[in-house]
Amino acid sequence: MSARYDIHDLQEQEMVLNMGPQHPSTHGVLRVVLNLNGENVRKAVPYIGYLHRGTEKLAEVRKYYQTLPYTDRMDYLAAPSNNLGYVQAVEKLLGIEEDVPDRARYMRVLMAELARIASHLVWLGTHALDIGALSLFLYCFRERELINDMFEKYCGARLTTSMMRVGGMPAELPEGWVQMLEDFLGIMPERIDEYENLLTENPIWIRRTQGVGVVSPEDAVSLGLTGPCVRGSGVNYDVRRARPYQVYDRLEFDVPLATEGDVFSRYQVRVAEMRQSLRILRQALDQMPEGPWVAELPDYVLPSKVDAMTSIEGQTRHFVLTIHGYKAPPGEVYKAVEGPKGELGYYIVSDGDSKAYRMHVRAPSYYNLAALPLMCENRPVQDVVAVIGSLDIVLGEVDR
Amino acid sequence: MLVDLLIILGTILLVFIAVLTGMAYLTYFERKVLARMQSRIGPNRTGPLGLLQPVADGVKLLTKEGSLPAKADKAVFLIAPVMVFVPALLAWAAIPFGPGFTAFGRQIGMRIADLNVGLIYILAMGSIGVYGIVMAGWASNNKYALLGGLRSSAQVISYEATLGLSLIGVLLMAGSLNLSEIVAAQQGTYFGLIPRWFVLPQILGFAVFLVSAIAETNRPPFDLPEAESELVAGFHVEYGGFGFAMFFLAEYISMLAISALASTVFLGGWLGPSIPLLPDALEGIFWFSAKMAIFIFFYFWLRATLPRFRYDQLMSLCWKIMLPVALLNIVLTGIIKLAL
Repeated sequence: MSARYDIHDLQEQEMVLNMGPQHPSTHGVLRVVLNLNGENVRKAVPYIGYLHRGTEKLAEVRKYYQTLPYTDRMDYLAAPSNNLGYVQAVEKLLGIEEDVPDRARYMRVLMAELARIASHLVWLGTHALDIGALSLFLYCFRERELINDMFEKYCGARLTTSMMRVGGMPAELPEGWVQMLEDFLGIMPERIDEYENLLTENPIWIRRTQGVGVVSPEDAVSLGLTGPCVRGSGVNYDVRRARPYQVYDRLEFDVPLATEGDVFSRYQVRVAEMRQSLRILRQALDQMPEGPWVAELPDYVLPSKVDAMTSIEGQTRHFVLTIHGYKAPPGEVYKAVEGPKGELGYYIVSDGDSKAYRMHVRAPSYYNLAALPLMCENRPVQDVVAVIGSLDIVLGEVDR
Repeated sequence: MLVDLLIILGTILLVFIAVLTGMAYLTYFERKVLARMQSRIGPNRTGPLGLLQPVADGVKLLTKEGSLPAKADKAVFLIAPVMVFVPALLAWAAIPFGPGFTAFGRQIGMRIADLNVGLIYILAMGSIGVYGIVMAGWASNNKYALLGGLRSSAQVISYEATLGLSLIGVLLMAGSLNLSEIVAAQQGTYFGLIPRWFVLPQILGFAVFLVSAIAETNRPPFDLPEAESELVAGFHVEYGGFGFAMFFLAEYISMLAISALASTVFLGGWLGPSIPLLPDALEGIFWFSAKMAIFIFFYFWLRATLPRFRYDQLMSLCWKIMLPVALLNIVLTGIIKLAL
């Protein structure tokens, strides 16, 4: 051990730090390779694909109704939003958008907004946990539990809900469900205040988030950011406003914007969005009409269980629909919803078969993740964690 | 002679048992307090009210197989936990628990050693611990551990400066480095009502001490060296079983020690209103533990509430805010001391 070092032989080199795919703060299986100079990040390169399950390819070999459960597994924190995006695209392809009854549309909005709140709660909890605020995580999950309970009561599943059907909804709201929602709407504003009390004016939180991970409006648009990530930079783009779907044009709500484009702005936007979602839920619940919850379209919609079990026509229809599915006219559609993470679009090409010829999902997390290298450049390594948290990515959606 | 020796050994044994049990139940207390703050229940399965949880944790940690990373610097890797653990425990030698009592015809002090440089001794033991952390970070041959070790050395050394400076005001007032004498200097009351504890005249020093103490013990919001969400576990990421247990024990023992120091120096140590039917010695221990519990609770409270600082912010807080305030405190104390 008599190695002799000469000061001139020493090299200044960057340290390459492999963050992930097993790292507590990369929100799943994201791998980021960081080139560090001391604690400063010179370059951050995200590597994705660890959760690739070939959802888009699977859609080419599954009938339209069979693809629905796969959509749950993309953004698994907000499955109803994915379901909504998919059924909307298929409905547009089939040309039956106008046949969906009003009650179903309102129910869809209810579910999608609940999913948005649930997703934002998970984001807030984990984001705060990444930055070191421990308790918020448990508070957020406490409230998310209420939403999961509502999903469970409606469709039996808590996470992978598959709760929408082409043509409407699978069932009426069960007894007591509206009361659950009322209770939730009653307590939620206070709870959001509670979260904000812990963070919004907390000097450490402000220091950790303000001026961190800044993305200019121009960069945000050219990188294809959507959702809270682009609205945090002050770009007013919300699919619910830009291209209203379902009944969003009948509901009053604000699109929260922030101007700085940093981690704190995105935090502000998402917290404000939760409050707006509560507003939307309130109105949707009040406006929701009575009536059927699924379209009268025997060619696309399964008969009720009673029908299928008691009449020969119903049973035949049930078998035909499950075995052959329905054929969609040739053509291509793109239909997007405003998911919790941003513009969630489904692009489906049909060649006239009962399966899609090609399906592409515009997953917002994938595009939002593209901003990571830009946001992390020349920042301390601790900011990488804050930035990943503020992008609110779900790797199931990034890799699909 | 033999009696003297027995008394000394007895005190050492008692203090060590007290510290180690105290530390074990500190983890239980922390989990319960955190659970209550986070609307959870906390440990309640092992024994009545989960009271055997620390025992179960201890058995688990000590019976686990330790692992040695292939490319680690083996000797340093193995010494590092000891380097952290032993000084943390040694610091307890100078802390007085109570006023002392007479037995076997001798005056028995409720401490292991009555050092006339007690304060400096405790600070010195606190600073040795950081070597272990740096060694662990280096020897693990792991990038996260290295970053944790580097952060730790910078952080602990910086905050040691403010920790030491914040205590100088107390020294000026008490005129002694001996902890028992510092406590004795806090006897009596102002206007027959407010206790003459140093926390009131030294409020600036106390504030600086509190912040520095948290940083010194690597507790949230200054837990950067072991930030789980960033550095996975920082300097001790490669340790398991016994090695990890040593780091873990050391952190909690230091936390207890620094709380004990804070109660001694700023809150009058064992001093407190007398409790009827309780011997003086036990009364001293009661007040001393009660004051420590306040600090400990404060630690937990911070952990449940605050996010973590960023490295550069931590440094600027130390050098740009804490240090000037500590110096100002020394100057003010000096002027007042001269004027009186």
